[in-house]
Amino acid sequence: MKLVPRKGFPLRAPTWPGTVPRPPAPSRTGVDFDTAWARRPAARLARAALVDLAIRPAVHAIASPAVDGRERLAALEPPVIFVANHHSHVDTGLLLSLLPERFRRKTVVAAAADYFFDRRAKGTLHALAFGAVPVERTKVNRRSAEMTLGLLADGWNLVIFPEGGRSPDGWAQEFRGGAAYLAVRSGRPVVPVYLDGTRHVWPKGQRLPRPHKVGVTFGTPISADPGEDARRLAARIERAVAALADERASDWWTARRRAAEGATPSITGPEAAAWRRSWALKSR
Amino acid sequence: MSRPGYVLEVDRSTPPVLFHHGEGFSLERLPVGSRVIYPPEPVKALADPDAAVRRALLEPLGTDPLPARLRPGMRLTIAFDDISLPLPPMKGPDNRQRVIEAVLDLAAAAGVDDVELIAATALHRRMTDPELKHAVGKRVFDAFAPHGLLYNHDAEDPDGMELIGHTDEGERVEINKRAATSDLLVYVNINLVAMDGGHKSVATGLAGYPSLKHHHNVRTMQHSRSFMDQHRSALHSSNWRMGRLLAQQGPPIFQIETTLNNDTFPKPFDFLQRREWEWSARDRAAYLAAASGLERIPRKAARQIFQKILSPHAMSSVQAGEVEAVHAATTEQVYRSQLVPVEGQTDVLTMGLPYICPYNVNSIMNPILVMCLGLGYFFNLYRGKPLVRQGGVLIMHHPTPWEFHPVHHPSYLDFFEQVLTETTDPVEIEAKFEEGFATDPWYIHLYRKSYAYHGVHPFYMWYWGAHALEHLGGVIIVGGDPRAVRRLGFKPASTLRDALEMASDVVGRDPSITHLHAPPLLMADVS
Repeated sequence: MKLVPRKGFPLRAPTWPGTVPRPPAPSRTGVDFDTAWARRPAARLARAALVDLAIRPAVHAIASPAVDGRERLAALEPPVIFVANHHSHVDTGLLLSLLPERFRRKTVVAAAADYFFDRRAKGTLHALAFGAVPVERTKVNRRSAEMTLGLLADGWNLVIFPEGGRSPDGWAQEFRGGAAYLAVRSGRPVVPVYLDGTRHVWPKGQRLPRPHKVGVTFGTPISADPGEDARRLAARIERAVAALADERASDWWTARRRAAEGATPSITGPEAAAWRRSWALKSR
Repeated sequence: MSRPGYVLEVDRSTPPVLFHHGEGFSLERLPVGSRVIYPPEPVKALADPDAAVRRALLEPLGTDPLPARLRPGMRLTIAFDDISLPLPPMKGPDNRQRVIEAVLDLAAAAGVDDVELIAATALHRRMTDPELKHAVGKRVFDAFAPHGLLYNHDAEDPDGMELIGHTDEGERVEINKRAATSDLLVYVNINLVAMDGGHKSVATGLAGYPSLKHHHNVRTMQHSRSFMDQHRSALHSSNWRMGRLLAQQGPPIFQIETTLNNDTFPKPFDFLQRREWEWSARDRAAYLAAASGLERIPRKAARQIFQKILSPHAMSSVQAGEVEAVHAATTEQVYRSQLVPVEGQTDVLTMGLPYICPYNVNSIMNPILVMCLGLGYFFNLYRGKPLVRQGGVLIMHHPTPWEFHPVHHPSYLDFFEQVLTETTDPVEIEAKFEEGFATDPWYIHLYRKSYAYHGVHPFYMWYWGAHALEHLGGVIIVGGDPRAVRRLGFKPASTLRDALEMASDVVGRDPSITHLHAPPLLMADVS
């Protein structure tokens, strides 16, 4: 009779019998990445120092942002949902560093789980530096949704880029419904934000940032109307961001008139061949 | 959803396997190729047990709702299972408390004044007041016990028993007089294993020696394969004959049966119900702390620690009404939470015996109870065929101390000293000694006035193992007191390795080995 060796158990962890099928290991990356630690006081303090002493100076050195519309946030009570177009890796740091302090200190950023949280080290860095939380960008994931709603209920502001990723060609992509869904479910207001020119700083496909002036416009907060569904609200948010883009390209009055006429230029660009979209972009 | 039971095949990566060892445990290495049978994980408990109890009383099986059977001026008796159930005793509120309070609520609403509560002890020891209070709850105890309306059954009270009649096979059916002369007898059960409940509740729990001897005997036990399988149990058949006679000629009975999930051990002992390869760091730390701590303290102190364990058992079902309809539903629930399919028998069956059996709650597990738990209860936890083949070897892990509780088990001590020194053959023991012990006035006095098990009870414990004794080629106890083990007629071994070596003399050099990883309880469905 051949006895099974003890192998240090129970002083050491048990070995797994070869005759027992292993259950799939619980995932610790992607949407399952645990970021609760990054919202504890020590991590928040470290993040505040990082944003104020490193990210903000770096962003300002590279992008020299011109900021408009911050006064529209004066009467706003947190928590709120900041919704912006997304062209560049610099967008998150730029937006975070420009938020008024009463929002900035308690803000999380919805980040693509498959991109920013695919590895433990990468996820840890983003959770610490930006307060990033993993969300599924291809579909509404119940776990992501419940987590972000829980954070809003706990008083955390949320930054979300509803295009689901950086622009591939300089034009904005269609806004997905996630931000609107959260606004409807939580009852919290949405602040539309337009980031202009960041595609020149660090666009998709570029390895390192290069200096360029950018503009940031905060819009008037939007709340879901009674009975309004997420799809309608998402369209309204997209129109608001487009109006801010128009405001930056022309002036406030012109943009308001075009918005009232329903003639705000699209931020998603013409539905045309790639070369024509690039051509149209140059004329903006 | 809870996982079903599991049969593990031991390989080189399998960690050592847990064996209970009385008030302790050990991790043992099993030979490669051995099997380990793990119980199913606890089934889901009822979300609102009190609501489920009320529903069961209002929508019973095969009979009118309980309120329709209650009326002012009637004699109502509520009998309930005694201290032997559940194991370990459960954290309050006990199932009995929940059910009895619900029944009394309805009785009060119906204006029933004449209510008595009886602990159905049969020939077990009387329950103490704290034990009764734990079982029925403080509210019920305080309302009934001070008025003498909550008490233990007394099977030797010359004026306390009532003859109901005889079955076709001549079995005498005699039960507690108060119960027999009631307008309604409500029986409140906790069903831990498939043998419990059904007609056995009243026909055994409220009976005495003249009735019990018809089924608590060697022949019945040897013809129960096993007594946990109702369709192949002579014990069950006898109880059913008696129960059907009671249904025809006895008091109207309203049976209420409850089942428990298999959640047996509370923290920090909950590692006892986990599979070793899934033990967390906390489980391992708890094991190491408990095992090393228990080794260093006196056995008496260890016993006190273990006897204080209250299980986190939760009610998994409740059904009420006509006895047989109720018990069919109950048995289904018990099978659902305990049955584990096992392919084929084994040459050697190993088991670690825990610190508790139905007859040593708040007491001492003496050598006779060790035999009863191993060869009676655990050996019989099968359906189909015994786990171990005819002529195979049973290896039990238990300290088997030469110790007896002087108050609870006086006749056990005499059985050990006077009977087992002469013979261990159940047939010879029954023929030669049973009657004398059963009718001994001193034992009867101690049963009635003290807290002693009846004089005949150790015989029943021995008969409980009669099927196993007839079936097995040898029994070895690992880590037991060698003198006590030899007195039982078994072989002592210092280590499991020695025991397996000794077993190979009986079953050959390369035997199949199966370990019963219980408790928590399981029932092997052997094909």
